[in-house]
Amino acid sequence: MSLVLGSGLALASAAQAETLRWASQGDALTLDPHAQNEGPTNTMSLHLHDPLVLRANDMSIEPGLATSWEAVEETVWEFKIREGVTFHDGSDFTAEDVAFSLNRAGTEPSDFRNYISSIEEVEVVDDTTVHIHTSGPNPILPQQLTQISMMSKAWSEENDVETAQDYASGEENFAVRNAMGTGPYKLESREGDVRTVLVRNDDYWGMDDYPMEVERIVYTPISSDSTRVAALLSGELDFVLDPPVQDLERLEEEGDINIEQGEENRTIFLGLNLREEDSEYDNVEGENPMADKRVREAMYHAIDADTIQRVVMRGRSVPTGTIAPPFIDGYPEELDERLAFDQERARELLAEAGYEDGFEITLHCPNDRYINDEAICQAVAGMLGQIDITVDLNSQTRSLHFQDIGNRETGFYLLGWGVPTFDSEYVFNYLYHTDDGQRGSWNATGFSNDRMDELVQQMGTEVDEETRNEMIAEAWEIAQSEVVYIPIHLQVLNWATREGVNVPLRADNQPHMATASFDD
Amino acid sequence: MLAFIVRRLLQSIVVMLVVALIAFSLFNFVGDPINNMVGQEATTEQRAELRERLGLNDPIPVQFLRFVGNAAQGEFGISYRTARPVADLIAERLPATIELAVTSAAFALSLGIVLGVYSALNRYGWTSRFVMTASLIGVSLPTFLIGILLIWIFAVNLQWLPSYGRGEVVDLGGWRTGFLTLSGLQALILPAVTLGLYQLTLIMRLVRAEMLEVLRTDYIKFARARGLSNRAVNFGHALKNTLVPVITITGLQLGSIIAFAIITETVFQWPGVGLLFIIAIRFVDIPVMAAYLILIALFFVIINLIVDLLYYIVDPRLRVETPAARTAA
Repeated sequence: MSLVLGSGLALASAAQAETLRWASQGDALTLDPHAQNEGPTNTMSLHLHDPLVLRANDMSIEPGLATSWEAVEETVWEFKIREGVTFHDGSDFTAEDVAFSLNRAGTEPSDFRNYISSIEEVEVVDDTTVHIHTSGPNPILPQQLTQISMMSKAWSEENDVETAQDYASGEENFAVRNAMGTGPYKLESREGDVRTVLVRNDDYWGMDDYPMEVERIVYTPISSDSTRVAALLSGELDFVLDPPVQDLERLEEEGDINIEQGEENRTIFLGLNLREEDSEYDNVEGENPMADKRVREAMYHAIDADTIQRVVMRGRSVPTGTIAPPFIDGYPEELDERLAFDQERARELLAEAGYEDGFEITLHCPNDRYINDEAICQAVAGMLGQIDITVDLNSQTRSLHFQDIGNRETGFYLLGWGVPTFDSEYVFNYLYHTDDGQRGSWNATGFSNDRMDELVQQMGTEVDEETRNEMIAEAWEIAQSEVVYIPIHLQVLNWATREGVNVPLRADNQPHMATASFDD
Repeated sequence: MLAFIVRRLLQSIVVMLVVALIAFSLFNFVGDPINNMVGQEATTEQRAELRERLGLNDPIPVQFLRFVGNAAQGEFGISYRTARPVADLIAERLPATIELAVTSAAFALSLGIVLGVYSALNRYGWTSRFVMTASLIGVSLPTFLIGILLIWIFAVNLQWLPSYGRGEVVDLGGWRTGFLTLSGLQALILPAVTLGLYQLTLIMRLVRAEMLEVLRTDYIKFARARGLSNRAVNFGHALKNTLVPVITITGLQLGSIIAFAIITETVFQWPGVGLLFIIAIRFVDIPVMAAYLILIALFFVIINLIVDLLYYIVDPRLRVETPAARTAA
């Protein structure tokens, strides 16, 4: 018995070196590239499809299906389309497909419509030229287009998938389990939540630009942490995107497993509800202590980010003084400094604000969203306790946590934020702009500053780079001086690979297998 | 007879409605699915609009009635996570769960009976003492620990068996089976053992106790006195009489194997309905969660209904209308 099984598995592990067996916790939700804007789904879709503009492994932008682009007028971007590109079915990729795909991604129920809501019209000038008309000047359109996959118009019409998959429609569409793109990999088979197999597209336009050494990708979602680690240890996997943090040291001890570590595009911070009116999440009657900037500063001074990094994160985080990762455009390097950890100063500030005896407040915290999220909150609670602010911890699953933030039913909360456009405007738009239904959807702090709002709206349409950078700098100035959020750290990502397999690390946590390679 | 069946069916329907109501009202406490459904870029207005479109703003009784009305037609709506019909998702996943449950039941039943008989016939031998002690460990260890232990031994260290998944499957007109491929069979072993271990212990102990009981009875003594061989006495007479309660228990346990496959499926990434349910919980995929709970309740109700009807047929005393009979039903 054991002999039979043993030989069977030996066969499996001696599989062709060109196959990459890859697992992470979740599966792509759908193959429809415009339906859901979510990490694993986008990763999968960018293997099957190409965007006009690609984001390289170092997060700079480079030509994808467009070879060049420039703003020819204030509100018109011209994109030159790469020639000789074919879809997986052999049909030619044309400017018509670009117009079709952008329209599809820009309308309901596409989840990407907010990315490209500035697009008014896509004009096909000739076979290789497209003019994108925007409602106002849009300086970051190329960055926004890195997330928009190009589909085949003919294929979509033939299969009746001219709009994105919709929750309320009552039926699934053809694009959920089938795909037709120009990407480096073709779909071989797809069983949702079970296994997805991709094979190399040997006609890929980038065959000479990228290593393209991986011939076949077998993707398996494995939701249980310990099973994912066991499968890597037993040699059944080559790459695990999200090895559990508590197992990293053990994995590193294994001789044939490498852990690649780098800064992720995600900061972790605390939000403070600073609306003037009395908050029901503290024990102070009649007023909201956090409306007083001195209280916010006191809380900031009381939090020791280095200790959190050392003890809670076991060194695997980067303490930060802004809520933006350092590689985004407009990152305020000179402002990225934490208020010193100083309990004396904190107590003084509290006393000045009239809270020498401290107060009680509830901290809302997720326990299954960010790395060690609940432990971070416990540490914060302990630290604030040192300056007599008693923290009542309310940690719950992400769906309840984000519901509370969405309903603005929090006084003090933990949040993490990534910046997919790699531009400061994204941070201001969602986290600092006044919450008005359109902008500020994640600004649960109640922070509202007219100058900030003005700047955010202007930087969305300012094409002159220098002027725009000045606006961003001014906005950061306001943001940092008001202490709206207390930054904690930049999350660090860890990718585990088997010895001999190289998957270049990307800060967006979206591996690109066209750039992966094998040692001989 | 007819009145009994009708009454029993009505009771089943009431039970199903109560389960549906409890399941449905639980979902008010699992949070808002909207954030898992749209990207972080969605505006507050777009979120509100989607909530309205999905009917999440309706009062709970309205949502519940709509749910029951649809469910009665086998229509469970669209999964919030994948935007695919829930009925399709469940139909795709059910074969995996059923194959796992049947295999582990077969494993538990065959080995359970053999070990039970063995330990009853050799009750003072050291092997049967060892088996009895080992079975206590099997009962007291939680399933996920057994699963991880087996993975650790057979997948990581010995590398004999795969640690996750279902291996290659063959599609037989809508039923994907892993029974027909080598990798499918290999992948089945660890999860089936994990899931079946508890039932195995249960059956083994039951068989042993019943067997010891039967071996003490007069007709066994008479059989031995008639000079029948040990083999004929033990297997022809004793075992046959032991099996009646075993069959009843096994039937009832099959339902719970399917229901409790959740943990085993999660540990082994077995693509069945249990794993579907666990992932649905994480995403607050309410339609999938509701459909799963209804499905499992339906399994139990049907099994119990069949068992009751069989008792009614087998035991004539139940057919007499007495208050006792009514409570028994």
